Amino acid sequence: MSSVAVIDYGMGNLHSVAKALEKVGEGVEVNVTSDARTILSSDRVVLPGVGAMRDCMGEIKRLGLDKTIHEFIESGKPLFGVCVGMQVLLESSAENNGVTCLGILPGKVEYFGDELRDMKSGDRLKIPHMGWNQVHQEIEHPMWDGIAQDARFYFVHSYYAQPAHPDLIAASTNYGFQFTSAVTKDNVFAVQFHPEKSQHAGLALYANFLKWNGKTITRNHPF
Amino acid sequence: MGLAKRIIPCLDVDNGRVVKGVQFVDIRDAGDPVEVARRYDEQGADEITFLDITATSDNRETMVHLVEEVASQVFIPLTVGGGIRKVEDIRTMLNAGADKVGINSAAVFNPEFVKEAAEKFGSQCIVVAIDAKKVSAEGEANRWEIFTHGGRKETGIDAVEWAIKMVAYGAGEILLTSMDRDGTKIGFDLELTRAISEAINVPVIASGGVGELQHLVDGVKEGKADAVLAASIFHFGEHTIEEAKRKMASAGIEMRL
Repeated sequence: MSSVAVIDYGMGNLHSVAKALEKVGEGVEVNVTSDARTILSSDRVVLPGVGAMRDCMGEIKRLGLDKTIHEFIESGKPLFGVCVGMQVLLESSAENNGVTCLGILPGKVEYFGDELRDMKSGDRLKIPHMGWNQVHQEIEHPMWDGIAQDARFYFVHSYYAQPAHPDLIAASTNYGFQFTSAVTKDNVFAVQFHPEKSQHAGLALYANFLKWNGKTITRNHPF
Repeated sequence: MGLAKRIIPCLDVDNGRVVKGVQFVDIRDAGDPVEVARRYDEQGADEITFLDITATSDNRETMVHLVEEVASQVFIPLTVGGGIRKVEDIRTMLNAGADKVGINSAAVFNPEFVKEAAEKFGSQCIVVAIDAKKVSAEGEANRWEIFTHGGRKETGIDAVEWAIKMVAYGAGEILLTSMDRDGTKIGFDLELTRAISEAINVPVIASGGVGELQHLVDGVKEGKADAVLAASIFHFGEHTIEEAKRKMASAGIEMRL
């Protein structure tokens, strides 16, 4: 039986993440935990997160989870970051006057800005970016299996990831401009939206995560 | 293409049942909340809101179990409102599986509570519910004020100024109900909706008065709402959420279909 740990650092709706994993993972052991041994012995890890970045990073460090997360990623097993759980993987965030993050992926997290406008209509866009928006898959990846191109997922955030290299971008979404809505590197995959709140498409993403071995498949071109 | 407008069915819950009355009289039973929530999820609801209309301690217990049960079956955002007065109330609902909580009267009596809640849990989960009534006379410039206790108690607070203040205090979204229109089925107060939506930079959910699908279209197009909330047109089988979304999409509104 395979196991998945949902990292609990006191931030966010872990209930929904765990329920979504249980729904799609027949016979999969789901542990909501902050215990390093449980996390490191799991086959997969989900790093969720909701709330302010300073509090999130503060709790991760206080519980010693920064080291645990690094160690888990070193092991090569798959890790899935969700929302703030994606943002913490980068080097720094502009939220709360600047917060140093885990630095697992090169890049930073920026604020959308108060004067955001729609590219076509010129309408003012509200912050937070809240609701169902389209996710444009920029790469082929086992995590996208069976999920339609430009499928809608549920977002709620005011800050967005800006990875340092384009080859980290797994998906992009339009809100005033094209921002990165999913990133990946080796055995790490992370999304800005909430798959546990994104109905069928979101559950499909969790199902794919439970199948993913942490390796990206290099597809052979026909020519 | 971009962000879709949202349709949010609202379930008024009393004693473990979905109920709906016209301006708080003639209450009709509309079914089991878990079943109703599942039906709306299947029909493509973008979110679901539960409103504890009595907010007694017994009903509170029922709400917590209800949210737990719905959250383990329905994977879309859930908001719970009614009787949210303390930080502990918010924590309980979020732990049960709610994504957002609606704060109404407590915000009026103690605005600092909104600040405290947003700092603790993040603005993204704090919805401030505003019940407004028109107070300007015919021919005067439009003016609306905040009312509490289901529209029965006036506060003398200007609705637009109040919305601006609540956003400054950390509200991540405003649920705006016209007490003049609630239960009337003659459509949203579009001037009110537009005045608030244009005054603030967070999403506004229009509520109160939906009687036909065109009202939902008007709420977005004329009222500039980011989301529309309705109850009775969905509860009693007059329309499905899917029909409502198709109607809005055919009017040129971006929807999740």
